[in-house]
Amino acid sequence: MTTATASHDDHHHGPEKGLMRWVKTTNHKDIGSLYMWFAFTMLLIGGAFAMGIRAELLQPGLQLMEPQFFNQLTTMHGLIMVFGAIMPAFVGLGNWLIPMMVGAPDMALPRMNNWSFWILPFAGGILLSTFFMEGGAPAFGWTFYAPLSTTFAPDSTDFFIFAVHLLGFSSIMGAINIIATVLNMRAPEMKLMDMPLFVWTWLITSFLLIGAMPVLAGAVTMMLTDRNFGTAFFDATGGGDPVLFQHIFWFFGHPEVYIMILPAFGVVSHIIPTFARKPLFGYSSMVYATASIAFLSYIVWAHHMFLTGMPVAGELYFMYATMLIAVPTGVKVFNWISTMWRGSMTFETPMLWAVSFVFLFTIGGFSGLMLGIAPADIQYHDTYFVVAHFHYVLVTGALWSIIAAVFYWLPKWTGKMYNEKLGKVHFWWAMISVNVLFFPQHFLGLAGMPRRIPDYSLQFADFNLISSLGGFAFGASFILLTYIVIDCVRNGKPASARPWSSAKGLEWTLEPKAQYHSFNTPPSRALIEAESQNS
Amino acid sequence: MRLRINEMKGIYLFGGFMKRLTTLLSALVAMMSTNVFAEYGLNMTEGVTSISHDIYDLHMMVFWVCVVIAVVVFGAMFYSVFAHRKSKGAVAAQFHESTKAELVWTIVPVIILVGMAIPASKVLIDLEDTTKAEMSVKITGHQWKWQYDYPEEGISFISNLAQSHKDVVTGTDADREAVGNYLLEVDKHLVLPVDTSIRFLITSNDVIHNWWVPAFGVKQDANPGFINDAWAKVDEIGTYRGQCAELCGKDHGFMPIVVDVVSKADYAKWVSEQQAAAAAAVASATKTWSKDELMAQGESVYNTNCAGCHKKDGSGMPPVFPAMKGSPIANGAAADHMDIVLNGKGAMPLFKMLGDADLAAVITYERNAFGNTGSVVQPSDVKSAR
Amino acid sequence: MSEQEYYVPEGTYWPIIGSIGVSTLFVGFANQMHGVEWGGSVMALGFAIMVFMMFGWFGQVVNESTNGIYNKQVDRSFRWGMSWFIFSEVMFFAAFFGALFYARQLSVPWLGGADNNIYTPDLWNAFSASWHQMAFMAPGSVTDTVLQSGTVMSFPTVPATGIETATPAMVVDPWGLPALNTALLLASGVTLTFAHHALRAGHRNQIVGWLVATIALGAAFLGFQIMEYGHAYHDGLKLTSGIYGSTFYMLTGFHGFHVTVGVIMLTVILYRVQKGHFNADNHFGFEGVAWYWHFVDVVWLGLFVFVYWL
Ligand code: HEA
Ligand code: HEA
Ligand code: HEC
Ligand code: CUA
Ligand SMILES: [Cu+2]
Repeated sequence: MTTATASHDDHHHGPEKGLMRWVKTTNHKDIGSLYMWFAFTMLLIGGAFAMGIRAELLQPGLQLMEPQFFNQLTTMHGLIMVFGAIMPAFVGLGNWLIPMMVGAPDMALPRMNNWSFWILPFAGGILLSTFFMEGGAPAFGWTFYAPLSTTFAPDSTDFFIFAVHLLGFSSIMGAINIIATVLNMRAPEMKLMDMPLFVWTWLITSFLLIGAMPVLAGAVTMMLTDRNFGTAFFDATGGGDPVLFQHIFWFFGHPEVYIMILPAFGVVSHIIPTFARKPLFGYSSMVYATASIAFLSYIVWAHHMFLTGMPVAGELYFMYATMLIAVPTGVKVFNWISTMWRGSMTFETPMLWAVSFVFLFTIGGFSGLMLGIAPADIQYHDTYFVVAHFHYVLVTGALWSIIAAVFYWLPKWTGKMYNEKLGKVHFWWAMISVNVLFFPQHFLGLAGMPRRIPDYSLQFADFNLISSLGGFAFGASFILLTYIVIDCVRNGKPASARPWSSAKGLEWTLEPKAQYHSFNTPPSRALIEAESQNS
Repeated sequence: MRLRINEMKGIYLFGGFMKRLTTLLSALVAMMSTNVFAEYGLNMTEGVTSISHDIYDLHMMVFWVCVVIAVVVFGAMFYSVFAHRKSKGAVAAQFHESTKAELVWTIVPVIILVGMAIPASKVLIDLEDTTKAEMSVKITGHQWKWQYDYPEEGISFISNLAQSHKDVVTGTDADREAVGNYLLEVDKHLVLPVDTSIRFLITSNDVIHNWWVPAFGVKQDANPGFINDAWAKVDEIGTYRGQCAELCGKDHGFMPIVVDVVSKADYAKWVSEQQAAAAAAVASATKTWSKDELMAQGESVYNTNCAGCHKKDGSGMPPVFPAMKGSPIANGAAADHMDIVLNGKGAMPLFKMLGDADLAAVITYERNAFGNTGSVVQPSDVKSAR
Repeated sequence: MSEQEYYVPEGTYWPIIGSIGVSTLFVGFANQMHGVEWGGSVMALGFAIMVFMMFGWFGQVVNESTNGIYNKQVDRSFRWGMSWFIFSEVMFFAAFFGALFYARQLSVPWLGGADNNIYTPDLWNAFSASWHQMAFMAPGSVTDTVLQSGTVMSFPTVPATGIETATPAMVVDPWGLPALNTALLLASGVTLTFAHHALRAGHRNQIVGWLVATIALGAAFLGFQIMEYGHAYHDGLKLTSGIYGSTFYMLTGFHGFHVTVGVIMLTVILYRVQKGHFNADNHFGFEGVAWYWHFVDVVWLGLFVFVYWL
């Protein structure tokens, strides 16, 4: 084992050679890359499951699989996408970008950073291995409601529970690291209100993670004891209540969905000013809006539970609180549009993704607001209307911003430029197909198609067909994305240190391919001010 | 993995697919010229109760508010995207703050939201108030069927997905069209009187289900151990269909709801028929049945109630659902067999709600079908085992 | 080391060892629960790997710390890390407290017909909705239900969950052992603070004395807790005694587990004090453990009030 001798020279040395570099690494860029590749792999796996779902739903009847296997696909698709793809991708972006953006050499707790990542493949492995166990993979939905997940689930569920525990450890450690990095490793001259918005949104997201993930751990622990040790948390025969599970789950689950969107807001708040060639509109209200969304996200959870039989007072409260979230989110949307307003815009690939994010995420937000109207949710709940809502905010929201971020910062990560023409082709392909995929699902939901069913009545056939075709087209777009990224890494033309001329941020002051340890000496006040979004 | 691909179906898949694609394309063309919204189910049903009308109105109100906001917001955005681009020679302004604008776009949304919340609260309070009901129906979800009880009338029955529909899930498109209302048909409809305020008492026997009939605007979770309530007063005679709307395991997609709303007179007639049938069932349970009678009756009871898990050919889906073929219990003591069917065990639901005759029949069937060699069980045996 | 320079450690194997260890532990545990023969041994192996990892990893950090490699910034990072780790623990306990409040204030009264659950008692014939001493009926049995109309009907509606639930036969008296334990833990908080003062003043012997006292108080707490569990089990309050038993044992059990970890950490600190690892203004290891101990204390106060007393 090496003892760290943190002599001065260490800061300048490069990465180790060979495979062990990746296993042992304490470097934020290496770990960021590991996260990104892991997330991408999971996106393909979760996406492949989605293709299975869409293939079975291509037309009425059971063609490809048993209903139980369909439920396993749905469940694992949701779990893998949420915990395996979107969250790790954002942690990866955070790892790559936050130290560069706050003028630090690395994360505050680099060894723990390595552990945060290296738990993930194990957790993912355990989760995926349930497919090969007796009784199959979890088939109770990503929300794993008791008692379907307790009394009525196969033994493999206990492996799922432990996988969730591990994912939780990873996220909590990751969040602690980001808090420590932002608050302690930030360049001494950088005030909080100088911080770029991506850093702000991640800082706030970290508080959501630390508040929410342990509650999820509590929920699965109660599941574990209900299943194996005879406790009665979710069992009415012992005075418990299955609905208690839902309260605990959604106390985690609702903040969770904002965990997946706040960093996206951060990303977009970088890209739009750059390509509008205009400072971000309303920097400080962006910060306050983010904080309000985070706060509100803790007190609206039961809007997922309007039909569980809560007392009316509870339903009214959760309806009002939910509707309130539209206000700070609206502030963000309006600020982005004001940033574009009277700018001098160009539409390179990252900007295309960012603008379409604003458009499509807002559509998802509107359907969210409709769901928040408790009496109307009676007709929407557990239908494809909900599926359409959350794919608009998750796929064309969270995933969109991740793709935007990859195109925007790829030159800084690799020192090379991607193929702009292919980037645009890919964007339009994805943009069109994703709407063909998810827009008709609104109609399906309103017409009464429940979610999580492998077969459906004939009146739903046509929109399902359209949706599936869109799905396959959208899925295929990822082949092009993979090619573009690999092509950039391998054959890209060298990029300049600041490939987007009007981009602001300390990361652009680094070498074209950011050096292994970002800032060995803290940046000066003058530099920080010049690169601040708040000026 | 239990992915089962059927080659024959692969061929059919492609054929059916091309056919549907062409009809779809022509339908899309038609849609542009005429209004085929209804046919293609683009929007929520208005339904046939006051609640469903209220919900529909709320839905449309919120929808149009969102549309208006969207037009304004996206209008501004796309105008900017088209007008303020570098290629058109736009020069970037440098403003980045305006307290006035920010106040406006904080306060205006709040006002809009309050405007939405007021009618929404009214509807919510109304639909949660079940006190004005004139009669009650108790609805119990089971994996994967519904049980309906009319406490005042003493009627109780189970409602399963119709067998003819189960038979065609792996069939061809034409088969599915032929059965009509594919997947939305049951063997025994719930029957309710028109113009009567009905309270639904909704619960479950195993996992969480959700009883949803869109046309009534009623959708309520069925939680095991608790009773939720909802109400509806249906304005129009007709047949209304719905589905279970909470993931409840394997056959969640196959537990539909069909409600016949009939005139009050027809309802009264139906009630007395049911009561007579129940009395007849009690009578038949006292006679001794022949083995053939039991086997014939047992097969149909088995296929409706048990085949979902234990499979038609008795092979089950081990390890979760044991096979009946060669089962130690089906070939062992009749008492144990009756016990597990009556009282359930783990994921095996209880079947006490079936009549003595049906239970005797299905147990006898299990004990003698699939090559099993068990004893014959008579309704009287079941009665005493209860 | 000067303030301006950053500290970035070398690559390390400990995390991957930790991942292998914790996965082995969990896979073993799951198999153990499912009655697989080798489950227990794999679990033990995983545990051993974890212990090895912790010794190695913490040992390395202690080494680096005593060799003066860390600067003030690293110290602050550790502080941020420890405090937010403790916050995450708070939220973990919050989930269980939440379950307790929910069951007590909502679900148990609902089962008895409170609020909008006026019909729910129809499912239960032998249920009395009082906290602690709830009477349960055997699961899976049939109730004869009297509905509003007064007609008696047979409804097979009690969920066949297969969980054996027994009525708790006793309630733990808060003013016996629990009160004593409260006093012990509060006292241990005080002795630990004295130890800290002594450390800051540089009185080695006093530190050791107060630390030993703290550890002794913690150990005594654990001893009494085990005694209390023994009584409770003997008198018929079990983990399987419905929601009261569940919340009681899960809350006090997780707390007891944290006290155990705390005592182990304090013992390590005692050892390190004797090795002379700390000085008056550089002793994050000590403080981190002290914070943890105080957190465990505060959780106990919550337990005492909400689990035992009220
Ligand atoms: C990134 C993830 C994400 C985000 C950001 C959101 C955002 C929102 N969500 Fe969504 N939601 C999910 C992910 C997300 N959701 C998921 C995964 C589920 C399903 C879980 C499951 O069951 O599996 C779900 C389900 C879900 C439900 C439960 C539906 C049901 O099961 O019956 C509800 C109900 O209230 C809801 C509401 C909202 C609201 C009000 C917002 C708001 O934050 C939206 C706010 C935004 C806007 C409103 C648009 C912009 C605003 C303006 C332009 C200002 C002006 C506007 C007005 C004044 C109207 N969501
Ligand atoms: C978090 C992010 C996220 C993302 C990115 C996605 C992405 C997609 N999702 Fe899903 N989805 C969820 C989160 C997400 N989803 C959640 C939480 C649920 C709820 C689960 C539950 O009910 O419990 C859900 C449920 C869900 C359903 C409902 C299932 C049901 O109710 O039964 C459907 C159905 O269409 C669906 C479809 C898709 C599709 C087609 C994509 C596509 O965007 C995927 C595109 C990606 C790929 C296709 C992979 C890349 C390409 C290849 C592997 C090679 C090319 C392959 C082919 C062309 C075959 N998702
Ligand atoms: C929801 C799925 C489901 C349905 C429907 C179902 N069963 Fe079962 N059955 C099970 C499960 C699960 C078990 C195993 C129970 C256990 O041993 O824990 C089982 C076990 C049995 C056994 C004991 C078999 C053995 O060898 O252990 C018999 C007999 C049986 N069922 C009969 C029936 C009859 C008769 C019906 C219909 C009237 C029926 N089952 C319907 C799930 C079901
Ligand atoms: Cu019953 Cu879904
Ligand atoms: Cu939510």
